[in-house]
Amino acid sequence: MTPLHLCLLISTGLFCIGLAGALARSNTILVLLGIELMLNAANLNFIAFWRFGPPSPPANGMIFVLFSIAVAAAEAAVGLALIIAVYRHQNNIRLQDATRLKG
Amino acid sequence: MTLPVQYLWLIPALPLLAAGIGALTPRNGRNLAAGSAILAMAVAFVLSCFALNGALQAPATHAVYNFAWFDLGHDALRLGLLLDPLTAFMCVMVTFVGLLIFIFSLDYMKEDPNYSRFFCFMSLFAAAMLGLLVANSLLLLFICWELVGLASYLLIGFWFHKPSAAAAAKKAFITTRIGDLGLLLGMLWLYDSSGSLLFYDGGHGVLEAANLASLTGQTLSCGLAVSTAIGLLIFCGAAGKSGQFPLHVWLPDAMEGPTPVSALIHAATMVAAGVFLVARAYPLMSADTLIATAPVHALTVVAFIGALTALLGALIACGQTDIKRVLAFSTVSQLGYMMLALGVGSWTAAIFHLLTHAFFKALLFLGAGSVIHAAHHEQDIRSLGGLRPRMKITFATFAIGMMALSGVPFLFSGFWSKEAILHAAHEWNVSPLPLYAGLTAVVLTAFYMTRLVAETFFGQARSPAAEHAHENHAVMTGPLVLLAVGAVLLGFLGTPACPWLQARLSGTELHSSMSQLFASGGLLLLSIGLVGAGLVTGWWLYGRKLRQTAEHRDPLAVASPAVMAALASRLGFDELYAATVGRLNSLTAALANGLDRWVIGGLVNFLGQFGVFSGTLSRETAESTLNHGFDQVSASIRGSGQRYSRAQTGEAHGYLRVIAMAFIVLVLLLVLGGSR
Repeated sequence: MTPLHLCLLISTGLFCIGLAGALARSNTILVLLGIELMLNAANLNFIAFWRFGPPSPPANGMIFVLFSIAVAAAEAAVGLALIIAVYRHQNNIRLQDATRLKG
Repeated sequence: MTLPVQYLWLIPALPLLAAGIGALTPRNGRNLAAGSAILAMAVAFVLSCFALNGALQAPATHAVYNFAWFDLGHDALRLGLLLDPLTAFMCVMVTFVGLLIFIFSLDYMKEDPNYSRFFCFMSLFAAAMLGLLVANSLLLLFICWELVGLASYLLIGFWFHKPSAAAAAKKAFITTRIGDLGLLLGMLWLYDSSGSLLFYDGGHGVLEAANLASLTGQTLSCGLAVSTAIGLLIFCGAAGKSGQFPLHVWLPDAMEGPTPVSALIHAATMVAAGVFLVARAYPLMSADTLIATAPVHALTVVAFIGALTALLGALIACGQTDIKRVLAFSTVSQLGYMMLALGVGSWTAAIFHLLTHAFFKALLFLGAGSVIHAAHHEQDIRSLGGLRPRMKITFATFAIGMMALSGVPFLFSGFWSKEAILHAAHEWNVSPLPLYAGLTAVVLTAFYMTRLVAETFFGQARSPAAEHAHENHAVMTGPLVLLAVGAVLLGFLGTPACPWLQARLSGTELHSSMSQLFASGGLLLLSIGLVGAGLVTGWWLYGRKLRQTAEHRDPLAVASPAVMAALASRLGFDELYAATVGRLNSLTAALANGLDRWVIGGLVNFLGQFGVFSGTLSRETAESTLNHGFDQVSASIRGSGQRYSRAQTGEAHGYLRVIAMAFIVLVLLLVLGGSR
């Protein structure tokens, strides 16, 4: 197995774990965690293809991933703020209960 | 045995491993977490001793081991390990004092349900500090520096169900982050102007002559050399971590954590980091001293901030009534001394005081912990008292710590290290003010420590908790005795007659002769006299007529209520910050809120109203003419909309499931269809 295969397998596993977590959990924070895992799986793919794939300009994949990490950080900040707002509203953070935009 | 520099990473890695084990142990695996933490510290201590042994064989050289972290374009970002006497002495101190504190915690935290989490955090704290010590790169140092901040946040807020502990943890983290911002800016600037962050790199490091010359050569428009500006930014970080004025406010609040944490923060790990950073970056900080035209030298600022902090901390300590808070402010004051020593150009004296202070401050904090443990968490010295016959070992060791901190002459380590600092301040030719501040703080230190001991241990017990106090288990008194031995003996490493430690640190020849002891005899006699004055005043006010009840007024408060009230409220720094920085923050927030609500919201509302208005207008015209024909269309659109809206359940999980299913179907189509 080449390193690329190994990386892709790991990232597939990471993605599946994240997806399962996002689908199965009712705690919104854990759903957010699952989504972050999926994002990181995608990041891992970026790095793996850049590192082991055909030659590309230096630091290309890394820059992509740095951007993606920055976006993920911003997303986590917004997500956590939303969760706090939801908690204030309905006194729990069960995702199933947050079905209405109104009120 | 020596430890080669390329294996130096083992010293921080072992406690880190223990922290990992502690994090993974379940709640009932108490002995595993504590045992691995203590074992890792013990092995790290042995390794540090080997490293010290190796470093002392060539004290003037800096052994480095640099490696590339990752490649970025054509450059590589490089990190490194550094072994010189400064690193080695600090590692030995941190691991030894840390080990004793860990052992002490075995008994102190016995009742706590989160025992294994406590040892996990403590190990992480020690690992971060050790990583900071062995770093040969400002970047690696900064990473560990932030880890120290994180671990301190976790430990100060260890009892986070107490609102005051949660607030103190937040305050410590945010206050030190303000300083860290300066350090980060300084680091970026340094990388920008020298292209490297390695301290020593065979002539290319930022602390080596070639880079220093280019950094001092460039000047800013305001006349400052670039090295001065970078040095001051780095000092910002050090001031935050080491609790220097004006960022000292977090340090006393850090008392909300368990007492072993206070001992670790105040003696070995966190606050020592700032002093260590300035000492490590000393070549950079002092590079500008030769420029006569510079408006200000970096080290001058350090000296004045240090002197002010030493004086301020000692003053406020006189008015505190919580046993741990008195010690906290004495730490602020002693850190001021260390910064003062760095500022006046004697970094070896600063490190000497740092090492001796680590021993006697850990001793005092653990002694206070022993008292608090025995008196069922009574911390107010007005309600304690009469503990001397009940807790003999704790009293004896606490008294040794108190005399070391006050600088009682000749026998105790604090005397020699403080003497070295005052001597350096005396020889500084820029201004005599730091020396005066230092000498004043000597009197105050002896005064408040006498007060603390007299109130806590003498007289009669003034609360049921103090009456029923009894001596603790040997697991707690053992570390006290060992630290007390260290607090006495360590001073003899650096007496003026034989400054072995200073010579080894700076890598110079050792000149020992008795005549050096008397060369500065005037200053020596003066400081002995001042210590005596402080002790006598303290005893006159507090020991002569011992407090009878907890409600009895403080003699200082009787003499001058206004001064005592100001000191007890810590000279109002917290209130001042709440009124300025805190209010500025809430003002900005209110402004942003108002902007969002009224200006942007108003615009949106206006557009909406406009739409409503034009809608009403067109409805009026359309009602009669177009209405009929569209009724049919809109009915069917509404019908289909209602059908579609059933898919819009608002359930995020449902959406996510649909996306995932669609994704799987797409992948299957791609794979099975084989279309490329």
